[in-house]
Amino acid sequence: MENARTFEKVCAILNEYNHNYYQLIPILEAVQEEYRYLPEEVMAFIAISLGISPANVFGVASFYSHFTFTPKGKYVIKVCDGTACHVKKSADIIKAMEEQLELQTGQRTTGDMLFTIETVSCLGACGLAPAIVINDEIVYGLLTPEKAVKLIKDIQAKEVPGSNEPGEH
Amino acid sequence: MSKRKMLMVDHIPVPIGDERNLLEVIRKANIELPTFCYHSEMSIYGACRLCLVEIEGRGLQPACSTLPEEGLVISTNTQQIRAMRRMILELMLANHQGDCPTCVKGGDCQLQQLAHRMGVAKIRFSRVKERLRIDASSPAIIHDPNKCILCGDCVRTCNEIQGVGAIDFAYSGSEFAVAPCFGKNMAQGECVACGQCSLVCPTGALYARPSINEVWAALHDPAKTVVAQIDPAVRIALGEDFNLAAGTIATGQIVSALRRMGFDFVYDTAFAADLMTIELGEEFLERLEKGERLPIITSCCPAWVTFAEQHYPEYLDNLSTCRSPHQMLGALVKNKVTPAKGVKPEDIVVVSIMPCIAKKGEVLRPEFSTGYGRDVDYVLTTLGLSLMIKEAGLNFNQLGQDSFDMPFGFITGAGVIHGNSGGVTEAVARYVSEKVSEKRSDYYVYSNMRNGAELREIKVTLGKNKLNLAVASGLGSVKKLIKKMKKGQAHYDFIEVKACPGGCINGGGQPPGKEKNIKAKRSAGLYDNDKMLQLHKSRENPYIADLYERFLEKPGSQIARKLLHTHYQSKKRVYFDMNNLARQESKQAKLELSICFGTSCLVKGAQGIYSGINQYLNENKSLDKVQINTTFCYEKCSRGPVIRIGEEVIEACTLEIALEEIGRQLK
Ligand code: SF4
Ligand code: SF4
Ligand code: FES
Repeated sequence: MENARTFEKVCAILNEYNHNYYQLIPILEAVQEEYRYLPEEVMAFIAISLGISPANVFGVASFYSHFTFTPKGKYVIKVCDGTACHVKKSADIIKAMEEQLELQTGQRTTGDMLFTIETVSCLGACGLAPAIVINDEIVYGLLTPEKAVKLIKDIQAKEVPGSNEPGEH
Repeated sequence: MSKRKMLMVDHIPVPIGDERNLLEVIRKANIELPTFCYHSEMSIYGACRLCLVEIEGRGLQPACSTLPEEGLVISTNTQQIRAMRRMILELMLANHQGDCPTCVKGGDCQLQQLAHRMGVAKIRFSRVKERLRIDASSPAIIHDPNKCILCGDCVRTCNEIQGVGAIDFAYSGSEFAVAPCFGKNMAQGECVACGQCSLVCPTGALYARPSINEVWAALHDPAKTVVAQIDPAVRIALGEDFNLAAGTIATGQIVSALRRMGFDFVYDTAFAADLMTIELGEEFLERLEKGERLPIITSCCPAWVTFAEQHYPEYLDNLSTCRSPHQMLGALVKNKVTPAKGVKPEDIVVVSIMPCIAKKGEVLRPEFSTGYGRDVDYVLTTLGLSLMIKEAGLNFNQLGQDSFDMPFGFITGAGVIHGNSGGVTEAVARYVSEKVSEKRSDYYVYSNMRNGAELREIKVTLGKNKLNLAVASGLGSVKKLIKKMKKGQAHYDFIEVKACPGGCINGGGQPPGKEKNIKAKRSAGLYDNDKMLQLHKSRENPYIADLYERFLEKPGSQIARKLLHTHYQSKKRVYFDMNNLARQESKQAKLELSICFGTSCLVKGAQGIYSGINQYLNENKSLDKVQINTTFCYEKCSRGPVIRIGEEVIEACTLEIALEEIGRQLK
């Protein structure tokens, strides 16, 4: 039900900003908050509602790396690959998580739209290397591949009841 | 005499007039400052930095975005400026695809010319960008981002002048580029192929899809009979590519060149313009009589037709059903009206030589195949023909005058002026006025329509009718006109629309004019041509009278409808591979429902219906019984809002109708 009827929300967002072209960036911001990315159709819808061209909306949105055009999972896991974390083998952590999530090479988001794994250059938590941050909220440091997998399993257990075989750990 | 304001340019005093920037003042002093991104008709962008000048006390400033002020002391040619200009050009060239010898822009490339003029001898920077994919998805216009210098001229033309906005700047940093929306290709976006962007592109980054090789192949195939037709606007502009003054009529040489190149028959599209004048005039009279589908809006410009199909489905019924003239002529030729005896229709190849890029897409429309294959096989632009003449090595200016083949070679002045914005209206007025009054009138009585403005409103009295006519060229002007009409601030009976500002004389396939006031000169040339011709009214064209007698019966007859008329279909603005945006993953859903959120349905209240349905389902606790999808355009826009409920597609839907149907189907 998470994704349902959200078009309604785009309409509400547009109303909130009075269909004002000059509020395009906050509008996109709010929409991305809602969908976790900017779907093409929504951008086209916004363009038409604001009386500008879809190319114009895309131009603005694509200028900022903050906006993204591919769907992201509910949990966005940013793995730090800055110097400190790299030295402390962040690559192993990525690999372990990818295996747990059954991600193919190049695939960043799980098919059930639950997880996205990204690498970032430095989280500013070098003292805790290797570190990851989930949904830009909680930083987990001094990780091992095992701990990382456990984090994922915990989320899976919470989100998809019955997905983890009992007694596995 | 009041003292004039002055400033100094390279030690010469120059008066300040009403120029909007320094650049224009400096050009007045006969100094051609280099620019890429400056165009007097568009907003000032100030990105290319080539127009840098030194202002005493202020240092280097871009002339295009500096206001002229009394007493400024300006230098345009210092050591520092010269070094800067060279560096800018070198930076542009570093990432530029260096295939100049094979580039379509050839000698017309401004980047090449400026690099030459500014004495760039070598490029000190190395390429940093990767080669990008050339977008050849559109049948009419090709985009090669590797040649783009990011001046933004095309973006502003498409947006500010055409009001289309099909392309814009996108991405950032080293990926910064001109692109259609959402990383799609030109064919999937909103481009209507007017080609105005290609006219302003200083390099070869946007250009008409060439058809030269296909045309040569047909000419070299002995089994084929190749028929050419020439648009009115071609004769007025082709000469410019051979150093003739703008506005010089070169009809005779063009016909002669075509014969030398091997065309078997050479016809005049102006003949078909005469024919269209009559069909359109009769259609107009009929609608006036019945008082329906007014204003009648002309349909001879395919870029406008596409724009209307995408943006104004509610006006598609107002469009005249007349095909564009070259399509009329193509259909006649392919349906054995001529070339006379012996030639099998399947061996005929029709080549339209046009000022137009949009027609390259128009010929592919399935409606335009009435006989054997496409009614028009290939469209060559004026520039394309110029290249073929050069390739053939013909010494254009020395060619003699040759004349068209009959019967489609005899024209009146009314047919020729179709190339100008306002020309169609004038031609139709000449026809309709005589038709209703049954009196002869002077052909030039309607010449007061010619004022060159991109938006014109004209009041005329035809018989007992007082009519409001309007002429719009440039799609931006068209948008303004329609807005006015929708607000009820204006009422028209007849509207002529041309997508290109000034009409086809300024079409996307024309040579990029080098002289000043190019539109006015070409336009005057066509009106002169009208004067020089023997006849000026389409109904006086004896070959047209004969054509009706022998073949077409009368205007609007069954056969005329088949060959000379067409129909329209609303179209999506952007193509998505989608339709499940707001999909509710409801496993128990008994009913599936899709609401069109295309522009037109949206305007007509789809959003309100959507909210209403949600609210209703919520109140009735049946949210999980219905799966709601939104889709983007069923291409039935004129009958929107369109909603599919179960198997039922409901047009012109209201909330009440929708709820009733949902209630019925849920039972
Ligand atoms: S051809 Fe016309 S509509 Fe298409 S991108 Fe160029 S200016 Fe815009
Ligand atoms: S105005 Fe003329 S040249 Fe321009 S797109 Fe229309 S038909 Fe083609
Ligand atoms: S013309 Fe002034 S910056 Fe380009």
